[in-house]
Amino acid sequence: MSRWRTAAGGRVDRAHPLAFRFDGTRYEGLAGDTLASALLANGVHLVGRSFKYHRPRGIVTAGAEEPSALVTVRRDAARVTPDLRATQVELYEGLEAQSLNRWPSLARDVGRINDWLSPLFPAGFYYKTFMWPKSAWKSLYEPVIRHAAGLGVAPSEPDPDRYAQCYAHCDVLVVGAGPAGLAAALAAADQGARVMICDEQNEFGGSLLADRHATIDGTDAATWVGRAVAELAAHPRVVCLPRTTAFGYFPHNLIGLAERLTDHLAAPAPHAARERLWQVRARSVVIAAGSVERPLVFPGNDRPGVMLAGAARTYLNRYGVRVGDRVVLVTATDAGYEAAIDLRDAGVEVAGIADLRPTANGEWPAAARAAGIEVSESATVLGTSGNLRVAGITIAQTTASGAGGARRSLACDAVLMSGGYTPSVHLFSQSRGKLRWSDAHQAFLPERSAERERSAGACRGVYDLAEAIADGLQAGADAAPSRTASARRIAATSARSTDGGHLGAVPLASEASQKSFVDWQHDVTIKDLAIATREGFRSIEHVKRFTTTGMATDQGKTSNLNALAIVARAIDAPIPRVGLTTFRMPYTPTSFGTFAGPSRGDLFDPIRRTPIHEWAAAAGAVFEDVGMWKRARYFPEHGEDMHAAVARECRAVRSACGLFDASTLGKIEIVGPGAAEFLERLYVNSWANLGVGRCRYGILCREDGFITDDGVIARLAADRFHVTTTTGGAPRVLAMMEDYRQTEWPDLEVWLTSTTEQWAVIAVQGPKARDVLRECVEGIDLESAALPHMSVAAARICGVEGLVMRVSFTGELGYELNVPADYGLGVWKAVHAAGAGHGITCYGTETMHVLRAEKGYIIVGQDTDGTVTPDDAGLSWAVGRKKPDFVGRRSLQRQSMQAPDRKQLVGLRPRDGRTLLDEGAQVAEQPNQRPPMRLVGHVTSSYQSAVLGAPIALAMIAGGRARLGQTLVVPMPGGDVAVEVVSPVFYDPKGERINA
Amino acid sequence: MRETAVRNVPDLPASDWMRPLPPATRVAFQGGPAARAAAAQAFPLPDAQAVCRARRDGDRAGLWLGPDECLLIAPATTAAGALLGALRSAIGATAHSLVDVSHRQVGIEVRGPHAERLLNGACPLDLSLDRFPVDMCTRTVFAKAEIVLWRTDEQQFRVEVWRSFAPYTAALLQEIARDYVG
Repeated sequence: MSRWRTAAGGRVDRAHPLAFRFDGTRYEGLAGDTLASALLANGVHLVGRSFKYHRPRGIVTAGAEEPSALVTVRRDAARVTPDLRATQVELYEGLEAQSLNRWPSLARDVGRINDWLSPLFPAGFYYKTFMWPKSAWKSLYEPVIRHAAGLGVAPSEPDPDRYAQCYAHCDVLVVGAGPAGLAAALAAADQGARVMICDEQNEFGGSLLADRHATIDGTDAATWVGRAVAELAAHPRVVCLPRTTAFGYFPHNLIGLAERLTDHLAAPAPHAARERLWQVRARSVVIAAGSVERPLVFPGNDRPGVMLAGAARTYLNRYGVRVGDRVVLVTATDAGYEAAIDLRDAGVEVAGIADLRPTANGEWPAAARAAGIEVSESATVLGTSGNLRVAGITIAQTTASGAGGARRSLACDAVLMSGGYTPSVHLFSQSRGKLRWSDAHQAFLPERSAERERSAGACRGVYDLAEAIADGLQAGADAAPSRTASARRIAATSARSTDGGHLGAVPLASEASQKSFVDWQHDVTIKDLAIATREGFRSIEHVKRFTTTGMATDQGKTSNLNALAIVARAIDAPIPRVGLTTFRMPYTPTSFGTFAGPSRGDLFDPIRRTPIHEWAAAAGAVFEDVGMWKRARYFPEHGEDMHAAVARECRAVRSACGLFDASTLGKIEIVGPGAAEFLERLYVNSWANLGVGRCRYGILCREDGFITDDGVIARLAADRFHVTTTTGGAPRVLAMMEDYRQTEWPDLEVWLTSTTEQWAVIAVQGPKARDVLRECVEGIDLESAALPHMSVAAARICGVEGLVMRVSFTGELGYELNVPADYGLGVWKAVHAAGAGHGITCYGTETMHVLRAEKGYIIVGQDTDGTVTPDDAGLSWAVGRKKPDFVGRRSLQRQSMQAPDRKQLVGLRPRDGRTLLDEGAQVAEQPNQRPPMRLVGHVTSSYQSAVLGAPIALAMIAGGRARLGQTLVVPMPGGDVAVEVVSPVFYDPKGERINA
Repeated sequence: MRETAVRNVPDLPASDWMRPLPPATRVAFQGGPAARAAAAQAFPLPDAQAVCRARRDGDRAGLWLGPDECLLIAPATTAAGALLGALRSAIGATAHSLVDVSHRQVGIEVRGPHAERLLNGACPLDLSLDRFPVDMCTRTVFAKAEIVLWRTDEQQFRVEVWRSFAPYTAALLQEIARDYVG
């Protein structure tokens, strides 16, 4: 056992030693240790180098607020977690940790030169230097700064761990399981509430785990904690979550909890989830987050070995670790004395106590004097000494004039500091609660709640143990939905005194040559804050951004109030006027994996497949993503590339027959006596005059008059329409329709039902389509006289009741067979077999795109971009002129929407007959213009047309329809390409094939 | 003429806590109180005021999805056409909407002592028995899939999900289950 480990006591298990490595050196700790306590037990105080000056740094705290002792923990190449607080890392057998920000080693670090060059790097230096020459910023300054900045290195391999997520509900969520939190949970459970209680530490108890002096319910603190935890654990309506950080407070009492499941285990089960995100909807929240002890800001306060007094007491009483052999206490509180006396009782020499207060005569100072410890009042610190560990401290008495009085140097190997307590109001502030400044507490406290929550105990300034427990009991009972049981009482006495406290720098600190640190993690000193105020910054929000104080991963848990006080004094303003920065989630850093949960790989998004997908996959189809859908893009044969496959598929449709899976089309059944009127008001087209059994191409605009969706709409009955939408637009269109139905036109008796997935849709397109269908469809006459283009009929399709729609997106004779989805694959196979003798060829979305472009049919979202009116797209023929209104009509009547120079859909043909234009390419009137070029439009679709043997393109060109025959140029990477403006209908302009 | 096409349902995993339910006949009913009252003559339907409740009669059930909307589920042996016909005759001329959605979605049963927890892995509702009792049903989400969730017994739920979202829903349930049922 190392000489810093006590012989007995604490909550570590001396029967279970654990070996671990830090920077390659093997050490031994105990089960129950944190990495920090285990390092201290081995006399290791130097654990890292600071962010900016690379100063040697040690362990300052014993908890989540740690600003200094950041380490990387490595399990294997992929499981590397940087920037963990050593105070929160639970020790396990074989743990491997590394210090940060040092090269070549922690003890000899070349970056330390920054400390000696620090006059060159004052706060905000990066705003003022590196400005010249300008070109050097990108090539030199930024890369160098980026390399130098930051702590730790993110792992480069994919995270192999699983992360779980769940939702939970409770009546009362208690955040924090210290005395107030435990009392609140017990009281809420007494009243029959469903309770959840979480704490970020490995065991419940909070401050009680390190308290030797308290008595609760007639027993010591540790025994009472054990009883309380056992009672809660056994309660059927209580969920206890240790190792669980409430990191975020979201609207309506949704609290994010991050539960660490395996990080404390030496050998986690192979597929066990590493962390679990709990999204808890709590009827009421009790915040019992406790408080954080404040460091004192004095010269040389960042030397390894300088730490919070409460942390030293925790290391001793909870972990059985003496933080040194000879300590000095610098304090402004009585609580600091408790730590010094606990250490003295454990055999540590207390070389002296420097109390900033003019008089220290409470119970604890008296006890210290009685124990023979020299107490200096009105003291201040002039500096510390020591290289990689504090070796001495110089204290002085302040006199009325402020000048340093008698000074004294004390040798020591640890310095304890105690500046008072800062209530942890992070979660309360995240909940948008209002804080108020309390002069009595010298702290911000919760004042007005925005959510149904209440704070209890030290986080609202109730520090006394008995009062905190009573506060917790009251909060828990009040938070419960009903009162059924009588109130529980818990008697407690504590020796702790939280009298005193100090904000800001100690006297004379600004005159010292050594740096006085305010923010350990971002290396912000009192000098930096002074520069900020000299630069004219008055608000803490500005000071923060100029100096980066409080902006590190610890969010300034130990530094914010000191920074505020220093700025307030510098500009001679009260602290509340300087302000308080906003607390944001997460309370402590939370891994990305926890937020991602199972949403990765195939579970990142649903992968939607049509009923015909497996057949297409077996046929060798290449798929593309369209929204969440997988759609067959083309069906290559015999090693064809896409170009060859698409050309073959196009020729087959134009000359014989193609088979296409259109199941992803959005489908909405609109039913009711008001159905026709509903469509009349919504779509630009007329619907009242559409006969039953007929179809019409519909265009849907937004209120701004721009096209948002299109699709064929079939009238199945007087009061029933079958609406099709684009694949990607289906949910949006249904939501838009429901919105208008429910909020704008409640007068209409009409209802909407999504039928997208009810129907598999099989398109049979091409001159032989009817021949194929004759073998598959019963009960209707397929001839044009009976079933002309744009008509619909119910029929038996391969023995299945379905709908035959005669529609075409190819310009050929075409049908779309709608059959119930479970039959889709069977019907597809049957039609494919029936088409074998007719040259039937499966085609994919790429061919579909080419064929429709040859006909000048737009694709919403490709040829339109949310700024295209029906007239721009050449579709003014579809707009119902006589209708009194439709969505977008008023916008379309605006003069600017009818301007002749609006971009209009036209076709483009390269003059050379062979250059394929880039989609998205700009179009200009004149080649070789000097920038800025005058551009008149852009290419929206561009394909090689198999049937025309030439490339074609669709484009939106300013005043395009008046330019037919003109030559424009398309600047391309290989040079300007001359193009002729033509009609967008490249093929069969008279539409004879479609009516065949 | 080609022979009648065979029926193919989505291929979903089954285990002792999850199974895909056999094909069913489903009808989306929408209409006002008068239409609902008339339809209830032909099929078990919850009252308009029985918010988020299912009404069962043998193997048929009507699920309240909205004040003017119900999802009707019957065994596949009841042909959709026959059910629609019976409902139409019962409702008569009163305005309403009936749409066959038998193939639109599939049913997945989740059961056992972990059923609530498995569903709460991706469904944000309070599924405790006192807040979500037997025969409560609602439209909700399961991660990125929209579902209808119906508690059919104390430890048994029926998830109705659109067919293309069913493999995702089942796979996510299996992933969640790794932390509870091994």
